[in-house]
Amino acid sequence: MAAPSATGQVPLIQLAGLTKHYGKGESLVRALDGIDLIVQDGEFVAVMGASGSGKSTCMNLLGFLDAPTGGRQFFRGVDVSTLDGDQRALLRRNFIGFVFQGFNLLARSTARENVELPLVYRRMAASERRHLSARALQRVGLSDRGHHLPSELSGGQQQRVAIARALVTTPSLLLADEPTGNLDSRTSAEIMDLLVHLNRDEGITIVMVTHEPDMARYARRVVEFRDGRIVSDHPGEGAH
Amino acid sequence: MFWSTLLMALQEIRRNALRSFLTMLGMVIGVGAVITLVSVGQGTTAQVTADIAKMGKNLVMVFPGSGHRRSGTAASAPPFRNEDSVALAAVQGVEAIAPLAAGNLLVVYGNKNESTQVMGTTTAYLGIREYAVEQGRMFSVSEEHAGRPVCVIGATTREDLFGSQDPIGESIRIQRLSCQVIGVLASKGQSAGGQDQDKVVLMPLLTFQRRVAGTPDVSSFFVTAADEIDTSRVISGIASVLRERRRIASGATDDFTVRDTAEIAQAVTAATSSMTALLGAIAAVSLIVGGIGIMNIMLVSVTERTREIGIRIAIGALGREVMLQFLVESVVLSVLGGLIGVLFGVLGAYGVSRGLSMPFVVSPETILLAFVVSALIGVVFGYLPARKAARLEPIEALRHE
Ligand SMILES: Nc1ncnc2c1ncn2[C@@H]1O[C@H](COP(=O)(O)OP(=O)(O)O)[C@@H](O)[C@H]1O
Ligand SMILES: [Mg+2]
Repeated sequence: MAAPSATGQVPLIQLAGLTKHYGKGESLVRALDGIDLIVQDGEFVAVMGASGSGKSTCMNLLGFLDAPTGGRQFFRGVDVSTLDGDQRALLRRNFIGFVFQGFNLLARSTARENVELPLVYRRMAASERRHLSARALQRVGLSDRGHHLPSELSGGQQQRVAIARALVTTPSLLLADEPTGNLDSRTSAEIMDLLVHLNRDEGITIVMVTHEPDMARYARRVVEFRDGRIVSDHPGEGAH
Repeated sequence: MFWSTLLMALQEIRRNALRSFLTMLGMVIGVGAVITLVSVGQGTTAQVTADIAKMGKNLVMVFPGSGHRRSGTAASAPPFRNEDSVALAAVQGVEAIAPLAAGNLLVVYGNKNESTQVMGTTTAYLGIREYAVEQGRMFSVSEEHAGRPVCVIGATTREDLFGSQDPIGESIRIQRLSCQVIGVLASKGQSAGGQDQDKVVLMPLLTFQRRVAGTPDVSSFFVTAADEIDTSRVISGIASVLRERRRIASGATDDFTVRDTAEIAQAVTAATSSMTALLGAIAAVSLIVGGIGIMNIMLVSVTERTREIGIRIAIGALGREVMLQFLVESVVLSVLGGLIGVLFGVLGAYGVSRGLSMPFVVSPETILLAFVVSALIGVVFGYLPARKAARLEPIEALRHE
């Protein structure tokens, strides 16, 4: 068990000396080089830093897409540092919503089918899936686009479908790796407003990577990475 | 979960309709070929067995010479005599016996002549070989004892010599014998050996011996064994009587042969069954080729859909769920191909049986087996691609273009 924080609350995320190395010998890359981080329920954290500083690597670990090389990772106080592939898949399925930079929607499935996908793996009945996917699409303002293929939607709409897919299971943690990276500034602002709304009004914990200070302004806390380490951790403008 | 996986597989197959069809073609051809060839083989067996059964029920044949009657030893072995017939009739389990003296002789009527199997026998022969008289009558026992020049002809002989003319009362000539036709036999068709059993002339044994052959020889006996007694006991009973009558020393081999139709049927069935198995095996090779085709396309499909698989895994699909998805896809492909193959195979078998006028035999076992084998091929050849998909690392798969 991880140490409870000062408030006595078990943190949602706790990283202690977490490392992730790629390659061996000469070509060893210390993508994460000892990360300490605590994130409580309900936070909205922006992760910033130069390209190659380890932001995506950290997100992949937080989202259980990958296993750390060393250090400890706790989720709700449970040590999840050394799980195998299927155990991590179960954590993803049950607790995580991931919004990728490149949307990563199934190209040949409709928006609704994409949103229902996590529910399929939760073995939910078709009627219930339909109900929940309709609600998730409504939350991102795409009620009338359920039967469209991703290719028939704009970039901002595709990203909103991806957010709906991440939300549909009501995850404990929403992770977004440069969710606005491919979008124009107006669409980006829409997406950020949506995330702020989800965090503030629905209490969803969000960790979001961005290299744009404009976007980081929406967060309540900004963590900055450099060369695989956290170099600063301060409240953001969204805290006001 | 299983139904949605099945649904997903069907969707995927429909999306790539042309490719799926071409992939299935291997299975269609393989299963179709197996079913057609095995059915044709089984049809042949059924026909041959039926032909043998038509020779007569519980039929036992006795020939001079060891081994087959057409082998050279027959010539050197002494023929039978009329008195043997009386002795054999007393053997337990012999229900009826007909001695036979026969030759392939020219039969002449008017300006027509035909080489025909001419047989001198007794009235019992008709019942033993299950011939029926269609027109006129069989010669009587008194005609038989008197050696009258009367004869009964087969349907083909009647057709060949008389055409549409009424043969009853006409005289045909066999060598120097002029013989009155008193009856026509109903058609029996070809024998198992492919001989026309309707190209025959029957006459009393004495008539044949005295006025055609000029010898008292009997060339064979046809025996009906009683139903309630084991045919092999009848055969050994006949053999021991003949050994005694022909004075064969104990330890010496028989100079005659006794065999029953069941024995012949067994030998023929064994031959046609192994032919069926061989045909089936050759066709089965194409099934394996079909399976490799499925594996090939599934491997391509996994590579093409790496990103999709990555998304599914990233969202929380377990390795075995991804594996199941691809296995179900390949099984659906192969089973669908197999079903279409069964359809074509049955049609093909029907066509062949029609073309060769053979019995149409499609056993449900063959169809069930084809079905199970195609499902199995789907699993076996789908396993490798499915495992490849299941083992993808989510991050790498997502990065795949
Ligand atoms: N799969 C990988 N294999 C080798 N090196 C990697 C891999 N993924 C990331 N890296 C390296 O790790 C470092 C951090 O990468 P990343 O976390 O993607 O940075 P960011 O998202 O902050 O741009 C980089 O130097 C990158 O080259
Ligand atoms: Mg990155």
